[in-house]
Amino acid sequence: MCEDIVFDCLHAEIVNYCIASNNKHVDLSTLEYIGFTTGYRLIERLTRDAPRFKDELETMKFICTDFWTLIYKKQVDNLRTNNHGTYVVQDKAFRFLTRISTGSQQLEHAPKFVAFTCGLVRGALSNLGINSTVTAEVQSIPACKFHIEVNRN
Amino acid sequence: MSRQTSRFDAKKVNAEFLTLTYGALVTQMLRDFENVEDVNKQLERIGYNMGMRLIEDFLARTQAPRCLEMRETADRIQQAFRIYLNVQPSISNWSPALDEFSLIFDSNPLTEFVELPQDLTNLRYSSIFSGCIRGALEMVQLEVQCWFAQDQLKGDNVTELRVKFIRRLEDAIPAGED
Repeated sequence: MCEDIVFDCLHAEIVNYCIASNNKHVDLSTLEYIGFTTGYRLIERLTRDAPRFKDELETMKFICTDFWTLIYKKQVDNLRTNNHGTYVVQDKAFRFLTRISTGSQQLEHAPKFVAFTCGLVRGALSNLGINSTVTAEVQSIPACKFHIEVNRN
Repeated sequence: MSRQTSRFDAKKVNAEFLTLTYGALVTQMLRDFENVEDVNKQLERIGYNMGMRLIEDFLARTQAPRCLEMRETADRIQQAFRIYLNVQPSISNWSPALDEFSLIFDSNPLTEFVELPQDLTNLRYSSIFSGCIRGALEMVQLEVQCWFAQDQLKGDNVTELRVKFIRRLEDAIPAGED
């Protein structure tokens, strides 16, 4: 899989571009939005031949197994839910963080590298009919937790 | 679940993911800049930065020796496209002085789901390629110029990327230290 490095480079440059284009304060919404549109379109290609998902949990499982394996080359390490629309996805070696040194001084830069993925997951879910808010939490590099909050209204 | 996983062709999905991400980036840039020329410049710059990094990976992966003439360089570029994007451009249209050649793409993976609207005819969608080649070659002391002579998005039959040798870069004192 040689294309991985290409994507890693592209991702790094996208992060660079989004950070540089609004230099006053770091605003990750553009980055998140690029992820969102990508996820939204990608899921259409991925689930083209898939049968309809039974329920929300099955959709989440799809995201955590197939989707994650294809994009991040590994399954998530842990998926938890409170059965009321909150899901926590844990990845102990998140792809975009594995190339950053594990010291705590790099921690402040971590949000830049997870924002795209937040958008990607939100976009994917959105096209599967689930409105959600996705946030990420990095306590120690390269582990990362994604909180998916399903919006019901 | 194992039944489901086998449904996907990982290589294909990778390429599609790259294509879609790139598309989202271009869309965002078109929103950010009013001028299409600025978008072209930004894409080129991004390609340049990527090329500078990818050449390291390429040299480590292929253990390619130094190229002594442009013919070899052209072969290496072709090889790089095969490794990184799984496309095989053909090399043709050499200039008599052998300092200029074309890479012909029958299909361009970056433009797979793309159609240009009428008002964006100035957009060089795949500018990232030319930036990449320029950045990568600069790291091996070759200054080249790189531009699109034909583009499938603009109705041509093939996509033609033209590469022109400018000069060999010499080791020099870093900028600002003289």
